[in-house]
Amino acid sequence: MRPELLMGMVATVAMAMAPVLVPWTTVMLTIALAVGLTVLGIVVLLRAGQISFGHGLFYAAGAYMVAFLVNARLSLDALILIPMGGLVATLIAVACGFFVVRYRDIFFAMINLSISMVAFSLLEKLYHITGGGDGMNVARPTLGGVRLGRIAFEAWMFYLTLAIAAFAAFLVSRYLASPLGKALEALKNNETRLEYLGVSGNRVLHIAYAISAALAGVSGAIIAIVNGHVSPEFAYWVRSGEFVFISILGGAGNVLGAFAGSIVFEAIRSYAAAFAADYWQTTLGLSLIAIIMFAPDGLTRLRSRRRRSPP
Amino acid sequence: MTPRSRPSRFKGSETGHRSMLVQTVLLAALDGLSYGAQVFLVAVGLSLIFGVLRIVNVAHGSLYAMGAYVTATCGLLIAAAGWSPWLAYPAMVLSACLVGIIVGGALEFGLLRRIYYKEQVLQLLLTFAVFMVLEDLQKAVWGVTPFFVNTPLGLLGTANILGINYSIYQLVVVPLVAVIVLVGLRHILRHTRMGRIVTAVADDRETSAAMGVDATRVYLLTFMTGASLAAFGGALASGSTSLAPGMGAGMTILSFAVAATAGLGRIEGAAVAALMIGLGRSIAVYIAPEFDAVVPYLIMFVVLLFKPTGLFSVPQTRKV
Repeated sequence: MRPELLMGMVATVAMAMAPVLVPWTTVMLTIALAVGLTVLGIVVLLRAGQISFGHGLFYAAGAYMVAFLVNARLSLDALILIPMGGLVATLIAVACGFFVVRYRDIFFAMINLSISMVAFSLLEKLYHITGGGDGMNVARPTLGGVRLGRIAFEAWMFYLTLAIAAFAAFLVSRYLASPLGKALEALKNNETRLEYLGVSGNRVLHIAYAISAALAGVSGAIIAIVNGHVSPEFAYWVRSGEFVFISILGGAGNVLGAFAGSIVFEAIRSYAAAFAADYWQTTLGLSLIAIIMFAPDGLTRLRSRRRRSPP
Repeated sequence: MTPRSRPSRFKGSETGHRSMLVQTVLLAALDGLSYGAQVFLVAVGLSLIFGVLRIVNVAHGSLYAMGAYVTATCGLLIAAAGWSPWLAYPAMVLSACLVGIIVGGALEFGLLRRIYYKEQVLQLLLTFAVFMVLEDLQKAVWGVTPFFVNTPLGLLGTANILGINYSIYQLVVVPLVAVIVLVGLRHILRHTRMGRIVTAVADDRETSAAMGVDATRVYLLTFMTGASLAAFGGALASGSTSLAPGMGAGMTILSFAVAATAGLGRIEGAAVAALMIGLGRSIAVYIAPEFDAVVPYLIMFVVLLFKPTGLFSVPQTRKV
């Protein structure tokens, strides 16, 4: 058994005991694991050396999809709502992808940022559809056909999220180990040579983009259900920036790191909010600067291994 | 930031439907002109920095916001000291240079300088981190309640064009300043020794350094200039719009949209793109106000769809 798989299984089992041992952390862990899914999406793109400052878009797409479906009173089950969130985000990514994956580096990051900000302003301004800046409430759906009380619902949502996260982590590591995933690294190191092999760099990135959006959509859908509320801030650049931050925190490019990073992040946030709510972004920004300037080894995956040519 | 639509600018309702239309179109055009001029200043700073340093400064919008806030604070100080309100105009230039030299200088000297040899993604991340910090800082210093110092707008009064009262500040001063900056930058880059040095460094840093050019200094000066331009755009905006948190984030992306539409690093192109985007946006304000924030990006997407490197870009070879 590969060590990474073993570690993942140990982590999953350890996590599964959390609601029993420390019940008050259930919701926080659910949120952390859900956010970890989006971060995992960022990690996929980081493999290709690309950064998206706009993944809040897909996260918001999943969340709003759930909000719309719930408010349409179709009485859909959470087990249907969550995949729907992922599906919508994937469709958006496939559509936007035709445009976005033609770009790399700066343009890739900035175009993602602009698309997400467009979504943010639409979510905020189309008041009659999206509830404007106040967002929308999401009534608690049934889970597996059963209408649960708050405590039971939270516990089962945690296990559902844990299962989804573990499954996603497994699939993504298989994907990254596959030829298609290896092509992402090639894309980062030397795209021209990748294309000489007859592989389309754009298509490789397009697939990664869709996968990463699917993860973000599922993540947003879970958050919408657990939080019971969605708001345009989901698509705001601050949220997207947090995702990127966590992926760097988790050791850029590591599948388990995505979840470890987001658990640490959520834990710090729930305490930091009490002390320095006004300086939250400053804290994030300064730590990010510190990581980039002083601990580049934490970014091993981010740095290309080939000899650097001077700009 | 939004070009303001005020029905009260229309002179009476006895004018016919046709002249209403003419007035609306004219109003949209004037709004677009002054808005485009502001955006141009910010975008040209972004473009200049990219052209030389090969960095997209995500914190550019924060410099714009800081320029605006510092100018507004100066305006309040001038009023409090009882000095002539006309000092508000020189205060704009002064605040812009102050922000550009101090904040911009600190950024380049303290952070960016250390990562020029690392890959673009890291540079992008670093400026993004700076952006997060500056946005918070700005809230800490100036608070979150919007404020508005309209001395520069009020002093010059309004002009009447085809029955529309339009402020002279937005009609003449802002576009004129943009034109002066455009012509000035063009002149410096094309016809002076300094400009040739900057162009040389932008083209090949190592070779020009080998020929005795102090490339480090050129980088610092260019970044300061670009930052000052962003702050100057903010300073001009502070005269006609209310300042609120979040204005920086919007401007970072908008100025990138302009610079990308033109082709990153193109100075004259940025002016054309800023006008296009300014006009597009102000027309949207009158036709479909919900979509005014979407139009600039729509223009960018359409342009990039057909010309992936921007309207005025020069072709570059791919390195294997």
